[in-house]
Amino acid sequence: MTDLKNPSLAPPVTTVGIMGWMRQNLFSTPLNSGLTVLAVAFIYLLLVPFFQWAVWNADWTGSDQSACTSGGACWVFINARMELFIYGFFPTSEYWRVDLVFALLAVLIVPQFFERFPHKGWIGFFTLTGFPVLVYFLLVGGSFGLEPVESGKWGGLMLTLVLAFVGIVAALPIGILLALGRRSEMPVIRTICVCFIELWRGVPLISVLFMASVMLPLFLPDGVNFDKLLRALIGIVLFQSAYMAEVIRGGLQAIPKGQYEAARALGLGYWKSMSLIILPQALKLVIPGIVNTFIALFKDTTLVLIIGLLDILASVQSAIVDPAWGSVSTEGYLFAAFSFWIFCFSMSRYSQALERKLETGYQR
Amino acid sequence: MPPADHGTQKVAPWNDPKVRSIVFQFIALVSLGFFFYTIFQNTLANMERRGITTGLAFLGHEAGFGILMSLIPYDETYTYGRTFFVGLLNTLLVAGLGIVLATVIGFALGVARLSNNWIIAKAAMVYIEVLRNIPLLLQIFFWYFAVLQALPAPRQSIPFGGVFTLNNRGLYFPAPVPESGFSYVLAALVAAIIGVVLLVRWARRRQEISGQPFPVFRVSLALLVLVPLLVFVAMGSPLSWDHPELQRFSYGGGGRLIPELMALLWALTMYTAAFIAEIVRAGIQSVSHGQTEAARALGLRNGPTLRLVIIPQSMRVIIPPLTSQYLNLTKNSSLATAIGYPDLVSVFMGTTLNQTGQAVEIVGMTMAVYLTISLTISMVMNAYNKKIALTER
Repeated sequence: MTDLKNPSLAPPVTTVGIMGWMRQNLFSTPLNSGLTVLAVAFIYLLLVPFFQWAVWNADWTGSDQSACTSGGACWVFINARMELFIYGFFPTSEYWRVDLVFALLAVLIVPQFFERFPHKGWIGFFTLTGFPVLVYFLLVGGSFGLEPVESGKWGGLMLTLVLAFVGIVAALPIGILLALGRRSEMPVIRTICVCFIELWRGVPLISVLFMASVMLPLFLPDGVNFDKLLRALIGIVLFQSAYMAEVIRGGLQAIPKGQYEAARALGLGYWKSMSLIILPQALKLVIPGIVNTFIALFKDTTLVLIIGLLDILASVQSAIVDPAWGSVSTEGYLFAAFSFWIFCFSMSRYSQALERKLETGYQR
Repeated sequence: MPPADHGTQKVAPWNDPKVRSIVFQFIALVSLGFFFYTIFQNTLANMERRGITTGLAFLGHEAGFGILMSLIPYDETYTYGRTFFVGLLNTLLVAGLGIVLATVIGFALGVARLSNNWIIAKAAMVYIEVLRNIPLLLQIFFWYFAVLQALPAPRQSIPFGGVFTLNNRGLYFPAPVPESGFSYVLAALVAAIIGVVLLVRWARRRQEISGQPFPVFRVSLALLVLVPLLVFVAMGSPLSWDHPELQRFSYGGGGRLIPELMALLWALTMYTAAFIAEIVRAGIQSVSHGQTEAARALGLRNGPTLRLVIIPQSMRVIIPPLTSQYLNLTKNSSLATAIGYPDLVSVFMGTTLNQTGQAVEIVGMTMAVYLTISLTISMVMNAYNKKIALTER
């Protein structure tokens, strides 16, 4: 029953709506008011010149330096060198092969974002096993009537993706073995695995890449020679598998002891109990961790430019020193930063969503 | 029916877990040994073919190249061994400074991220999400090539408050020159530090016995500032400043922060701070609100609640991931080589390796240094972690 004579008053204007929100979130105390004013002023001073430079005063169309006259950002440069940034020096007539790989990758990844996609698990499995083989034949060529393309011509976004993808796909099985080895009851196996993991985790990736590029050739018998890309890949995989092992070990430790005992009680041997009972649960638990390692690896692939591979950052770096263009370094770096940011940010969001989903699934 | 004789039942040796595990380990050892033996033989053969003598004798040879920046005396006539130490000290310098700065900025950002001021919280979030999703190397390049290299030449330097001068050769600042009697000021500072340590101990014991708190922080601050200052004035201000002067092409005198160091330090700090901020946020959020309420119920005010209840408990969550961020920062400082800051990798694994060709020794030494740093930091932090870890009864 509402009191018709004395209806309840509307809440004060200062507590509801946009005013109320601002009072609560921006001006709750004198200190907060001061901080808000300072922050707004700072953001204004930072963003307005940036947008003027990057959007309003920028040059978007044209084909060379002469189109950049307005004093703002010269996005023409990015447009003009886009092919270098994406394909490196891949022969123009063979671009379709790279495009096909990109398209296939997109088609394979998309189902992972849907809750219930038919055969989602199998698609994921194919992405990690069959797909790399397919990519190898497509990009390297030399068979099925495809023209061979030497790895020296690979570059740009394509090379970055190849490095990151191969790094993760190869590091996963090695990481699983190392993690199992580290938890093994055999002292020799355990010691070997601990030494391997701690060695690679203790040194910077650069020194691993240096080792792969200058020391690896010394290790090989006479006549055997790996090309630069393969050497970098070996370094990345060694390094990455150590990190992967630690992530997976976390998952193994999170599985209750009862699961191990139950597997034993069923009469399963070591490999069967691991592959049928423990690992499926443990790997599911650490998917967010694996995605996070992948993000770190994706950012770390930029380091290959130090040993002379032309990844996306290196291709930007080589394009901005081109004397045919003025000072376009900021534009180039912003473009590279934006490309990396899109990939890494979406992956980290994906991993966070996954983490939330798994968390509810595991609580009792 | 005779009772089943389980105890003495013979298991075939290839089914006995013990025998199998010994055989496995033996095979693993032998194959590992064979692997290393092959590599060793190959390396020896390869080095012989290339005419490289193995061993560490090269460390005693004259280096013959200059290094951009050195904390210890160095020029072309020093040995390769000396280049190792120059690089090592430069690495430690940038890592140490980076750790301190990243911790300060990271903690501030982490607290800002939890601020109840909407705009501050969102600004911190944007900073964190942008910075940590862009490769560090790219950030270093941006600061070095797009910002610092684009600064004006020495003749058009940008002055900062008449004290600092910034141009594309670096940041120039007046260098302190201690004069006779300055050592007394340093001695006073050391004495003040010892005094503070004793004071803290005494105050804690007094509080345990009598329950009376003592304003430790204010008194120690006063001790640390006033004692050296008094001695400084009493000795007649024994310190002068060497100001940088514009000479024909560049500045001379004073101190100079080279742009390589500035770019590297700046990028490392900004990047790592974003990660530390997330760690701090998670740590603070891990302390349940009930703890704050309980502290309030005990009559503690805001400051002591934060200092005595919240921070000690969140540190438990913060320390382990913070350690790995410190290690990451130290290892990431090796990206110096991309912009030419003379760190260990750049000087020793770069120039020295190119000149001598002693790949195995140099890569091994460099990796050993990073391993030692990593293991030392994690050992120290583990000890600290053990000290503050929850003791379950």
